[in-house]
Formats: sequence, structure tokens, C-alpha cells
Amino acid sequence: MSCIETIQNYALRSLGIGERLLPRSDFTLCEQFTLIGSGLIWNVYFGALALATGFFLATGVAVAKNARQAWLRKPAEWFIFLFRGSPLFIQFFLAYEAFVLLPRTGIEIFGITAQTSWLTRAWAGALIVLFLNTAAYSGEIFYGALRAVPKGDLEAADAYGLTGFARFRRVVWPTMLRLAWPAYTNEAIFLFQSTTLVFFSGFPAWQQRGDALYYASYFADKTFNPFIPYPILAGYFILLTLVIISLFGMMNRRLNRHLPQERRQPIRFRLQVIR
Amino acid sequence: MRWLACYLTTGKHMAFYASFGTVLLLLAITAPVALLFGFGGAMAARSPVAPLRWFGKGYTAIVRGVPDIAFFLFFVIALDQGFEWLRHQALCPDWDQPVRQGNDFVVCDIAKLPLSSAPQWVHETYGFFLAVLTFAIVFGAFAANVLFGAMRAVPRPQLETAEAYGMSRRQTFWRILVPQMWIYALPGLSNLWMILIKATPLLFLLGVEDIVYWARELGGMKTQVYEYPHPDWRLYYFLALLVFYLGLTKVSEAVLSRLTVRLSHGQATMAGEAQRRAGA
Repeated sequence: MSCIETIQNYALRSLGIGERLLPRSDFTLCEQFTLIGSGLIWNVYFGALALATGFFLATGVAVAKNARQAWLRKPAEWFIFLFRGSPLFIQFFLAYEAFVLLPRTGIEIFGITAQTSWLTRAWAGALIVLFLNTAAYSGEIFYGALRAVPKGDLEAADAYGLTGFARFRRVVWPTMLRLAWPAYTNEAIFLFQSTTLVFFSGFPAWQQRGDALYYASYFADKTFNPFIPYPILAGYFILLTLVIISLFGMMNRRLNRHLPQERRQPIRFRLQVIR
Repeated sequence: MRWLACYLTTGKHMAFYASFGTVLLLLAITAPVALLFGFGGAMAARSPVAPLRWFGKGYTAIVRGVPDIAFFLFFVIALDQGFEWLRHQALCPDWDQPVRQGNDFVVCDIAKLPLSSAPQWVHETYGFFLAVLTFAIVFGAFAANVLFGAMRAVPRPQLETAEAYGMSRRQTFWRILVPQMWIYALPGLSNLWMILIKATPLLFLLGVEDIVYWARELGGMKTQVYEYPHPDWRLYYFLALLVFYLGLTKVSEAVLSRLTVRLSHGQATMAGEAQRRAGA
């Protein structure tokens, strides 16, 4: 089988399109590259959606944690502590077991039957966990940035007569994002990396549609040779990281565009970390 | 109630409680070893000898950008095969077949690690040892990164003063740089400690019978070996684990903040200066 055919058969295998059976023996390099790359679709899906939705909750959580009223501040603090203080791995297990316990037939709410079975599937259940998790981590980052908004900016906003939501929308929020952006970029990078945990933590890979690490470990198990699939996976992830860095760098330039040249801060990348 | 008390003290549950000890043991062994690896890595990265410096820099760079779990899965097999291959080279020099035959990794019998005749606990200990080594390698790279930054953060005049007093490079390093760098390294290291705590459930993936393994086994209705007289309780077992980890995080935070105060003592930093003023 030529490499083109392999790509045709397996490039979308992780979505269930193409050849149903995975290769069983005589693995070629081409097969490994194609299947692991195919699994990367799931990593991008989880990472991108969780990041996009988590961003809004994170902003809300940061503002709530900064609030003076205790009934608003306490839940935000607990939310952040709960998700930052426990391993993501355990969160996945816990969420999966909780979703499994929901009645299979659905829940009756006001006469409408809400289906629940899709929650136990990885595409939804794991996404919810990742969404909450990244919201907590970025919420803490945004909270730190919110506290660091310069006093002068707020005074200037007052002088222009901006109050309430208009002040937040036009002065506080953009500055908060600008200050938080380097740290938020790091958060994005390791959110993408922690998406590899999904299929190792309770959520089953239905019909062997897994993510990049799922296929990499499949090959490593079958060939008993870790020196080929894992470096391929590493290569894909380094590429993914570079893409994230360039996208966030573009956004960073936009957020900093009003500043004089020497005060702009390029993003510095610190070590990435597991959760 | 009595049934529950009896249920919670079965032999399997005792093994479950003991596995919390496994996790703590892993933390207790890995943290110093990783710190040692990190220190070695940071020293290598500062070395005037170019190949050693490249090695140090490469070591710190290699773990970034790639998911750590991939490293965990990789190193456990790679280290195992590496050890067996070394023993194979040493113990069976006249073996002429290739080590990799198709999908198999074949070494001679006496090179197997642990020996196939070894008792069960040797296998388990060996698995745990591999896990510790893997954790130490990965977290050593993180620690090397932190320590390298901390060494560069020590104010330059401190080192220049040492040189002015005629200390050699080695003396400057051990007597001036190392005692002062810890306060700069502490935020990074405490962050790392938190991450290490949160990485411990990954032991489960490395094949060690840790708390996640037992929570799954005991919580399920029907497991590989046993059938339990209760419905699916895995949710409650995992809740217990969650509480355990939250508690561990809280305790660590408290200890680390005390350590920060302790290490700031007598340092040329803002916190150290504040302490000096308060004392005077």
C-alpha cells in the first residue's frame, strides 16, 4: 500500500471516516505519521473549543473573585481552588463516573426529556471538564492581571466620565487582557498538552477513535518500540505549540499596539507544566 | 452502619489505604532526586565546557513543548528496554541474534529485569523504581530550568565581591551563589511541587497499583477479580481522592509560605530587608 493510499484511508480515521480496521502488523512509518496526525484533530478540537468557551467564564470568574460582595467572591474562590487544587486526571475520572450515573433514559424537566447519554462520550464530557478547568486556571491569571491594572488608567476613565460597564468594557478589560496575555499564552499551550489525558482517564475511545497520544501508545504497545511513535507525537506537538505561539503573538501585538515601541513586551515563554 | 465499618476495613481496603502511602512515598523520593537532577542540569548548563553545556541546555529544553504524559509513557518502556539491553550486552556477549525481532524485544534470559523467577514484590518494586526514575527525569528538567534562572538572578555584585576577595570559581559557586539562589528559586520550585502532587495520579498509567487503580477496582460493581455487593460507587471513591488532593494542596501551600519567610532571612531582597528592619 503506497503512502498516498494510507493517507486516504487513515487521515480522518479519528473521526470515523475511512478504513475501519487499524493496521495490525508491519507498521510503516507512513501509517504511524498519518494515524498520529489524524488523532491530533481531537487534540485541536478539545483545546480550541475549551479555550474559546473557557475564556468567557474565566473573565466572569476573575471579575467575581475581585468583587467586594462575599456571595459573589466566595463561589469564585472555591471554584478556582477546586479546579486548580486537584489533578485534571482525577477530575476526568470523577466527571465520567458522575455522567455515567445519570439515568440512561434522560431526565424529565418540565415535561421535556433531556438526553444525557451524550455526556458520557468524550467529545462532550471531556470538553466540559476541560472548559471548567481552563476557566479556573485562566480565571486566576485574569484575576491577577485585574489587580494589576494601573491606578492611572482608572483615574483617566473616571475623568472621562466612564462608569460601570462602559468603564470595564473600554478601559479595565483591554488592560487586563494585555497584562494577562503572556501568562494566558502559556496556559493555552499547556491546555493543548493536557488534552492528551482525555482518552487515558475513563472516557473510552469509541470505535478506536482516539487522539494523537492514543494512537501513539497503540503503536508503542503493538511494536513494543517506543522510539518511533513518541518522537512523532513530540514533533506534532512542537508544531502545534509553534502555531499557538504565533497566533497568540499576533493577538499580543494587537493588544499592545497603542503603546510606545519600547514598552511593548514580547511574550516570554516559561516552562510548561502538567496539572 | 456495622456493615459499612466492616466493609471499609477489608483487606482490599487496607491495600487501598496503603496506596496513599505509595503516593506519599513517591513524592518523598522523587522531590529530592528531581532536585538533584535539576541541580546537575543547571550546573551543566552553566558549565564552561561546551559539550556539557549543550547537554544541560538540551536536557532542560527537551521536556518543554511536548505533553509530559507522552514522556511518562515513553520513558517507562525506554528505560526498561535500555536497562535490559545494557545487561544483555554485559551478560551475554556471545548472543548473535538481533535484539529487535519484528515486534518483539528479545534479550537473553539472565538479562531480563527483573528475572522471570523473581517473586512478585520484586516486580512491583521494579515498576515503582522505574516510575520514580521517570518522574525524576521529567521533573528534573523542570527543576533545572528553575534553578538555572535562579542562579542568574543572584545579584552580580555579590559574585564580584567574592572574586575580589580572591575566591576561586568553585568557591564562589558553592559559598556565595548556591546559598543565595534558593530564595529566587523558591517560587518556581513551590510551583513545581504543586505540579508534582498533581502529576502523581499518572502513576496509574505507569502500571503501579496506586490510589486511582484501587479506587477503580473497589468502586466498581464487578471488577477483573471480584464482585462487590454494592452498586457503582466509583464516584464516591474518586470524590475521596479529590478531597485528598485538595487537602495535600492546602497543606503544601501553608508549609511553603512558612518556608518562604524562613529563606528570606538575611537575604538581599525586599522581604529580607523588611525582616531585618523588624528585628532591629
